[in-house]
Amino acid sequence: MTGAAMVVRALIDQGVEAVFGYPGGAVLPIYDEIFKQNQLKHYLVRQEGGAVHAAEGYARSTGKTGVVLVTSGPGATNAVTGLTDALMDSIPIICLTGQVPTHLIGNDAFQEADTTGITRPCTKHNYLVKDVNDLSRVMHEAFHVARSGRPGPVVIDLPKDIQFAEGDYSKPEAFEHRSYRPKTEPEPAAIDEALDLMAKAERPLFYIGGGVINAGPQASADLRSLVRSTGFPITQTLMGLGAFPTDDKQSLGMVGMHGLYESNMAMHDCDLMIAIGARFDDRVTGRIDAFSPNSKKIHVDIDASSINKNVRVDLPIVADAGRTLSLLLKGWRSRNLKVNAKAIDLWWRVIDKWRERQCLTYDKTSKIIKPQLALELLQAAMEKSGREYFVTTEVGQHQMWAAQFLQFRDPNRWMTSGGLGTMGYGLPAATGVQVAHPDALVVDVSGEASFLMNMQEMSTISQYKLPIKLFILNNQWMGMVRQWQELLHGSRYSESYTDSLPDFIKLAEAFGWTGLIANDPGELESVIDRMIQVDGPVIADIRVDQKENCFPMIPSGAAHNEMLMGPNAAQTAEVSDAGKALV
Amino acid sequence: MANSSSVYETQSRVDPIERHTLAVLVDNEPGILARVAGLFSGRGYNIDSLTVAETDHMAGLSRITVVTTGTPMIIEQIKSQLGRLVPVHDVADLTSEGPHVERELALVKVAGRGEHRVEALRTADIFRARAVDSTTESFVFEITGSSEKVDAFIDLMKPLGLVDVARTGVVAIARGAGGL
Repeated sequence: MTGAAMVVRALIDQGVEAVFGYPGGAVLPIYDEIFKQNQLKHYLVRQEGGAVHAAEGYARSTGKTGVVLVTSGPGATNAVTGLTDALMDSIPIICLTGQVPTHLIGNDAFQEADTTGITRPCTKHNYLVKDVNDLSRVMHEAFHVARSGRPGPVVIDLPKDIQFAEGDYSKPEAFEHRSYRPKTEPEPAAIDEALDLMAKAERPLFYIGGGVINAGPQASADLRSLVRSTGFPITQTLMGLGAFPTDDKQSLGMVGMHGLYESNMAMHDCDLMIAIGARFDDRVTGRIDAFSPNSKKIHVDIDASSINKNVRVDLPIVADAGRTLSLLLKGWRSRNLKVNAKAIDLWWRVIDKWRERQCLTYDKTSKIIKPQLALELLQAAMEKSGREYFVTTEVGQHQMWAAQFLQFRDPNRWMTSGGLGTMGYGLPAATGVQVAHPDALVVDVSGEASFLMNMQEMSTISQYKLPIKLFILNNQWMGMVRQWQELLHGSRYSESYTDSLPDFIKLAEAFGWTGLIANDPGELESVIDRMIQVDGPVIADIRVDQKENCFPMIPSGAAHNEMLMGPNAAQTAEVSDAGKALV
Repeated sequence: MANSSSVYETQSRVDPIERHTLAVLVDNEPGILARVAGLFSGRGYNIDSLTVAETDHMAGLSRITVVTTGTPMIIEQIKSQLGRLVPVHDVADLTSEGPHVERELALVKVAGRGEHRVEALRTADIFRARAVDSTTESFVFEITGSSEKVDAFIDLMKPLGLVDVARTGVVAIARGAGGL
C-alpha cells in the first residue's frame, strides 16, 4: 500500500468522516486517494486558515477530532493561526501537511517550509515522517495524542516521496504510548478532601471552564447533578458556557473581564473556589495579587502545568474533569454530605444583592438598534424556531455581548475563540459546525471587521449549500479596539474605523446568499425571523449603535471588585500605567 | 485604582530565585532538543547549562541535564511543562529530590613558554587536571569537577596564556541506589 493510501485508510479506520483542506503539489497523492473512495468526504475551503477553524468548529460541536489536509509551504504556514487557536482552546485537531520530498528537505525547495520547526510551539506534538514504515503508527498515535489528556492540535508532516512509497499498513489494537501517559484518575484522598471542604464551606463557588466541555457530555451532566445537590452558585468561563445552563437560578453567568458583576464579586468574596477545567487565565483573574484573596482553592485540571501557574491553589487535582466530577458526585451522595445550609443561605442573599445591580442593563428605548437587544431577540427567535441551534462568534465586542446576552443550556453548542482571540474564527468554524449538523440552525454572531478577515469562506459555504446565518452586528468600528482607545488613549481613534465596507446585501447576493438589513429596532424581529426561515445561507446586516461599549468591565490591572459598570463609570475611571501596559 | 499593578508582576512579595538541576529522560528522536530548548525560550525560562547525549542506544533514550534558575513557582512550571512534552519519559528535580553529584568537564588550551609553562603544569597538578595534548609551546588540559572548580582553574590559566576553553556543561546524577 502506498503512503498516500495508508493516510486515507488510517483516517477511515479512525472513524473520520469529514476532512477540511486545500490541495497543492505536495499533497496530490493523498488527494488522488481521496478521489478514489467514498467513505471520507473532503470539504474544500478557500484558504488554509479557514480549514483549521472549520475543523475546530466540527470538533467542538461533536466531541470528535477535526481533520485538516493542506499542502507544504504556504499551505502549512496559513494553518499556523488555526493551530495556535486550537492549542490555546484545547481542541483536538489532526493537521496533515504535505512536505517536499525527503531528499529536498533543507534545500529551500519550491513551497518548502520547516513545518515541524514552525509548528513546534503551536501544536501539542508534531511528526515528520521520513520512513513509510513509520506512517501507520504515526497516524494512529497522532489521533491518540490529539484527543487524550488535554486535547490539542497535532501536525503530521508528510514528504511527497513517502506518500508514493510502498509499505505495510496496520491498525494497532490497543494503544500504549512509551512515554506519553496522561494522568486521568484523581487520587481518592484528594476527592475526600475536596468533599470535606465543600461540606464545610460558607461561601462556595464553582468556577467551570472548557475542560468540562472537553470531558464530554457526561461531565456536564454530572456537574449539573453536583451543583444541584449542593445548592452552590456556579460561574463559567467563556470556554465553559453551556456546561451548566446559564439561565438556571444557580448560575451567575460568565466570569472575567466582561463577566457579570455578581460572578466577579462572588469570585472575589468566596471562601471556597472549586475550579474545574479552568486555567485561571488573565482574562478571568484580573489583578493577580487581589484575586479572590480569602478563598481556599480546589483546582481540577488534566494538565499539571495549569496548576499553580498564575494562582497558587490549596488542593490541586491533576485528573480528567469528567472522572473527577463523577467521583465527587458519587462521594457526595454515598457519604451523605450536607452543606452548611445557614451559611449558604446567607451567601445567596449576598449574591442576590449583587444581582440587583442588574449589570447587563442597557437602553431599551433607544431609537438606534442596541447590539444587546439584537442578541436578546436572536436568542428568542432561535428558541422559538424549535430547532437545535449552535452559535459561533468572531472576536471583539459582539463576542462578549453574545456571551452575556445569549443563553447556553447545553455543552458543545457554543464555539468561540477564547485563548487566542482570533478574528475571523466564526465563519469557518460555523462551516465545520454545519457540516457536522446539517439540519441544525447555525448562527455566526459576527462583527463587520472580523467577518472581513475570512470572508472568502462564503464561497465554501455556497459550494456545500450550508444554510449558515451570518448575524453581523455592524457598528462600522473595530469596536473593542475603539473601546480601549476610549479607555486608555484619550479617544484617539487610531485606525479603528472600518472604512470602505462592502454593501453586505450585494455581497450576499454575489455568492448566491440572501442579504437582509435592519436599520432600526422596529425591523429587527422580522429580519431575524426571515434570516432563520430562509432555506440557505444569509447575511443579516444589523446596523447597531456605533457608540455602544461593552460593560461591565474589569479594566486591565484591576481587581474583581473594581468593575466598571457602564459608560459613565468609564469616564471617571483611571487606569494605572501598569494596567495600560497590559493587553 | 492607583495601587493597581500589572498581572505580570505576579506577586507583591518577592520570591527567592533558586538554582535547580533537572534530569530529563527523553526519546532520542529528531527535534527533541529543539522542543526542550524552544520551551525554555518560548516561555522565558533561564537555561544556565544544558547537556544532552544518548544514554541507552537499545531503548533509544537520551538524558538531558538542565540547570535553570527561577522562583519556586517557575521551577514547578518548568517541570510540569517538560513533563507534558510527548517524548519525555521522566523529569527529576535533582536539587529538591535529595543529594546528587554534579560534574562538568572542560578542555583548556594554554600556550606559553618558560616560567608560564611550568606554572601552568604546576597549577594543573594541584587541580588534578590532566594534560591530554602537548606541543613545545602549548598544553591542552582536561579538568573535571564542579563548575566552580572549573571556573577557578580557568581563571588561574588566564595570565598563563589561556587560548581556548571547551566546556561540556553540567551533568548530574542522584546519590544512592535509585535511578530514573
